Amino acid sequence: MASSAMVTANQLIIMEELKLFRTWSSPFALRVVWALDLKGIQYDTIFEDISNKSSLLLQYNPIYKKVPVLVHNGKPLLESLVILEYIDETWKQTPLLPEDPSERATARFWAKFGDDKVLPSIWNVFIKQGKDQEEAIVTAQENLGFVERQLTGKKFFNGETIGLVDLAFGWLANLLSVLEEVCGATLIDHEKFPLLLEWIQNFAYAPIIKESWPPRDKLITKYQAHHEVYTSKEAPK
Amino acid sequence: MAEDSVKLLGYWASPFALRVKWALKLKGIQYQYVEEDLPNKSPMLLQYNPVYKKVPVLVHDDKPLAESLVILEYIDEVWKHNPLLPTDPYERAKARFGPNLPKTSKKGEEKEKAAKEARENLKTLESGLEGKRFFGGETIGFVDIAAGWIGCWAQMTGEIIGIKLIDAKTMPLLDAWFKDFLEVPFIKECMPPQDKLLEHNKEFHKILTAAST
Repeated sequence: MASSAMVTANQLIIMEELKLFRTWSSPFALRVVWALDLKGIQYDTIFEDISNKSSLLLQYNPIYKKVPVLVHNGKPLLESLVILEYIDETWKQTPLLPEDPSERATARFWAKFGDDKVLPSIWNVFIKQGKDQEEAIVTAQENLGFVERQLTGKKFFNGETIGLVDLAFGWLANLLSVLEEVCGATLIDHEKFPLLLEWIQNFAYAPIIKESWPPRDKLITKYQAHHEVYTSKEAPK
Repeated sequence: MAEDSVKLLGYWASPFALRVKWALKLKGIQYQYVEEDLPNKSPMLLQYNPVYKKVPVLVHDDKPLAESLVILEYIDEVWKHNPLLPTDPYERAKARFGPNLPKTSKKGEEKEKAAKEARENLKTLESGLEGKRFFGGETIGFVDIAAGWIGCWAQMTGEIIGIKLIDAKTMPLLDAWFKDFLEVPFIKECMPPQDKLLEHNKEFHKILTAAST
């Protein structure tokens, strides 16, 4: 550690203790990785094995027992979207949310919509079969339609630069095609979702973001295993 | 601010619209209230909230906003007096996390399981009250407003399904807080009439349990 005489205020901030508990594949933890990396914040990563959670994780997150958990100077933070807001309020560079309250509210609304509606409806497509899956696809595409329209005239949901909503929907850029491939359903195509597909390209290959994607082949294997569990429970209709 | 610039679309029995009413009342914001006749949703509601088609919707300077917790944060950012959220980022994070308890299953036949989950959630909520009068400390804050409806609704649900969810023995802090909170004048003023609400919730419960069988 540098002696206090040599340390500047900035370096003091960097030397604060910041630990992120994550798994290699969690899309929620990935949001926190992106937020910290985009802001150039230093932190330690602890990879958790979900089937064998560390006692440290359970101590920090006794309620949900889940990742991500961000621990800042010994204080645990839970829930990825809550963590993103905390990060944005604590480190002001590269802001994730706009300044205007109305725009901020809009961003929060869409981030919430993603988690409350888009994600569960896509997961529903993934675990269902036959007629149930067809119905699930209709719902998922309705939800994705709202998302598509949010991109009208914009490169990212946040405008010219990546923001909270982009991070919230980031899983669409890697996981969606994995789920589509494993379950055999196509949710987004160029005809109905041109903006979303373009956003996926822009986001997936954006600086910083592109460094952190988990390996696709590993994700395929993982979700194939999930898919087998779900589809073996139900007879196709 | 002129009354015409703030409009709230609500429903008398909606706990989520109640959150927004409380927040507006706490900050002394004048607004026009529009009671929606659910399930005959007005074209205005469908235009303002095409995604969820639900109340509450706050319209400020012609800009509609949906989702009660998002609306609370917006109100707090635009009208800065009587703040709902604390200033410290960590305290704010705890408050934002507060209302986000794990969702409980609602199926009629899994009553006992749902009741157990609900009690666990309530216990977790209660831990935020240690040593405090309100979640916001000495004054009402974000979590009080976000969670305030639970006291009343939990009691009614308990009556309807025949299982007691909150009692003074197992959740003393929560029990005390509910009583304290519901006695605060501006909170009490906004509450819907209890007997009407109980009837409404009974009907709603019937519909829910019929739908799940």
